Amino acid sequence: MTAMTALTVPARLEEDASLRPVPWRRMAWVTWRQHRVALGGVAALLGALAVYVWILGLQLHHAYAAATTCNPASSACADLITNFNFMNHVLVGGYTLQLVPPLIGAFVGAPVLARELETGTFRYAWTQGFGRSRWALGKLVALAVVVTATAGAFSVLVSWYYQPYFAATGHPALDLSEASPFSLALFDLRGVVFALGTLAAFAIGGLAGMLIRRVVPAIVATLAAYTGLALVAANLLRQHYLSPLLTKAVNVPGSAWIMSQWWTKGGRFAFTSWRDAPNHLIQLCVALPAGPLGKPSQETLAQCFAQHGYTQLTSYQPAGRFWAFQWIEGGWLLALSVLLIAATVWVVSRRAA
Amino acid sequence: MNVVEASGLGKQYGSTWALRDCSLAIPAGHVTALVGPNGAGKTTLLQLVVGLAAPSAGGVAVLGGRWPGSPAALDGIAFVAQETPLYKNLSAADMLHLTRNLNRRFDQASAEARLAELGIPLQRKAGRLSGGQQAQLALTLALARRPRLLVLDEPVAMLDPIARHDFMATVLTAAVDDGVSVLLSSHVLVELERVADYLIVLSRGRLQMAGELDDLLASHRVLTGPAAEAGRYAERPVVHVRRAAAQAHLLVRATVDDPVPPGWEAHPVGLEELALAYLREPGAAALPGPARSRQAEPSEVTR
Repeated sequence: MTAMTALTVPARLEEDASLRPVPWRRMAWVTWRQHRVALGGVAALLGALAVYVWILGLQLHHAYAAATTCNPASSACADLITNFNFMNHVLVGGYTLQLVPPLIGAFVGAPVLARELETGTFRYAWTQGFGRSRWALGKLVALAVVVTATAGAFSVLVSWYYQPYFAATGHPALDLSEASPFSLALFDLRGVVFALGTLAAFAIGGLAGMLIRRVVPAIVATLAAYTGLALVAANLLRQHYLSPLLTKAVNVPGSAWIMSQWWTKGGRFAFTSWRDAPNHLIQLCVALPAGPLGKPSQETLAQCFAQHGYTQLTSYQPAGRFWAFQWIEGGWLLALSVLLIAATVWVVSRRAA
Repeated sequence: MNVVEASGLGKQYGSTWALRDCSLAIPAGHVTALVGPNGAGKTTLLQLVVGLAAPSAGGVAVLGGRWPGSPAALDGIAFVAQETPLYKNLSAADMLHLTRNLNRRFDQASAEARLAELGIPLQRKAGRLSGGQQAQLALTLALARRPRLLVLDEPVAMLDPIARHDFMATVLTAAVDDGVSVLLSSHVLVELERVADYLIVLSRGRLQMAGELDDLLASHRVLTGPAAEAGRYAERPVVHVRRAAAQAHLLVRATVDDPVPPGWEAHPVGLEELALAYLREPGAAALPGPARSRQAEPSEVTR
C-alpha cells in the first residue's frame, strides 16, 4: 500500500462524462407507485365534492334560467325569483371549500419526504443511481403538477357553480347585490388562486416534511402555516395589490370591494360614519321622516348630510379588477411555491444523514 | 484502484466527533470487515463513503478518486443500510421495479432468479417478509445493480444464525464470482472470519487497525507462558496481555520467524482474538502510512 498524503485527483473524467443520467421519465413510475394512495385520496375527496357541487350547480342554474326567462308580470315568476334568491344561502358553503388546498398540501405534500426520513428509507432512495437531488426534484415537481391541475379542474367547476350569482348581480329583479367576486368566501375559490394556493400548500408541506422529518407533526405544521398564509393574504396583502379607486357616488355597486368610506366638507376630512357626525348635524337631520325602524334610514341621512355641504367618499376595488387581483395573488403564490420546492431540493442535497 | 481512500477524514455531529483523523486506503477486490464496538464510528464512516453524509474534516474518495455522491459513485456503489430499510407497503416485485427505475443498470433476471431460489414470493409486501428475507431482498436489490463496491452496514445484526450464514454466503459468492469489492461493518466477529480478507478496526471514532487480514494475522502471535514472567517479555511489542490462572496470553507483534522465549509457546492468532485484543487496548494501533506516526505507542505492522 502506498502512502496517502493526498486524495487521488478524479481520474476517469471521460468515462464519467459518458455516464448518462437515469432518464427523468423513470421517476414518473416511481412517483406514481409510491404516492398513488395519496393521489387516490385526493381524487376521491375532490370527486365526491365535485359531484355535490355539480348537483347543487345544476339546481342553481335551472332556478336562475327559470327566474330570468319567465314573464316578469306573472305571479309564478315572482315565486321563481324568490326560489332563486332563496338559494343564496349556498354561498356559505364556499368557506368549506377553502379547506381543500391546505388538506391536499398537508396530506400529499408533507409525507413525500417526511415518511422517507421517518422510516429510514431515504438511505435506500438517496443512494440509488438516480441521485438524491434529482430524485427529490422529480418527485416534487411531478406531484406538484398533478395536484395543481386537479385543483384547477375542480375550481373551474366551482366557478361554473357560482356563475348565476355574478350574472344576477345588477339584474333588477334578483336581489343578490352582495355577490362580490372579492368576497372572502369566494375570491380564492375561483380563477387561478385556488389551484396555485393548493400548489403553495403542497410546497409548504414538502419543505415542512424535510425539516421536521416526522409525518404527523409535518402535516400539522403545514395546516398551520398555510392557514396563516391564507389569512395574511386575505386580510393584509390583497387590499394593496392595486391602489383603490375613489368615488363620490353614494351608490357604489355591490359587486365592488369597498375598502373604506368617510365624509368630507370643503375638501377636508370630516368624520368616518354617521355615528361620528357632529351633534348639530345629527339634530338637523333627525327631524327627517322616520324609516321603517322608527329612525331615518341611512340613505335619507346621507342625502341630508349632502344637503348640508358634506360629501361622502368611498375607496373601493371595482369588480372588473377581479382577474388582475387573481393574477397578482396567483403570481406570488407560484413564485413562493417554486422557491419552497427549490429550497426543499437544496436541503435534500445538503442534508447529512 | 482503491475503492475507498480517506485522508484526515472526520465527521462531527454537534460538538461530538463521531469519526476523526481517519486515513486509509482499501484496494479493490477485497471483502473488508469494518469492526468496532457500538459508537465507534462504523456507520459514520460508511455514510461518508456512500455520500449520505459530508465530511467535517479531511476528505474521502471512492472507486478510484470519485467524490461520494457523484453520479459515477452512486452508479458504482450499492448500499444496504442498517436494518435494511425497504418500502414496507411495496411488494418484492415492486421493489425490483422501483430499483430498476432508479438505476442505469439492473439485472432483473438474476434478481428474480435469486428471489425464487430463496423462496421469497414476488407478490408479498416487503413489510410482511421475515427479517432474514428482508435482508436478502435488500441484498438482492443491491447486487442486481451490478455494483463495483457493495457497502453493507450491520447487515446480519438482526438475523438468526441460519439467515446470517445464508446472507454471508451470498455476499461471498458476489465477491468471488463477480469481483465485487465489499465493505461491511459488523460486530459479529465470528461471521467475518469466514468472509473477510481485509480488516479495519475502529474504536471511539479513531482508526486503530487497517490492513490485509493475512498480513495482520501473520504479523501477530499469541505467546502462552507462566503468568509471573509475563512482565519480562520485551523482545517484540506487546499489544495485549490476558491472564488466566497461572498462565498469561500475550498478543505480540511477531512473525513465525521471531524467537520464542524458553518456557513459552507461540500460537497463530485468529481474526476475533486479534480484533478483540486491539479493541481492549484503544491506545494500540496497527496502521500503514502516515496515520501511524500520529499514534503514540505502536510500531510498524503491515508490509
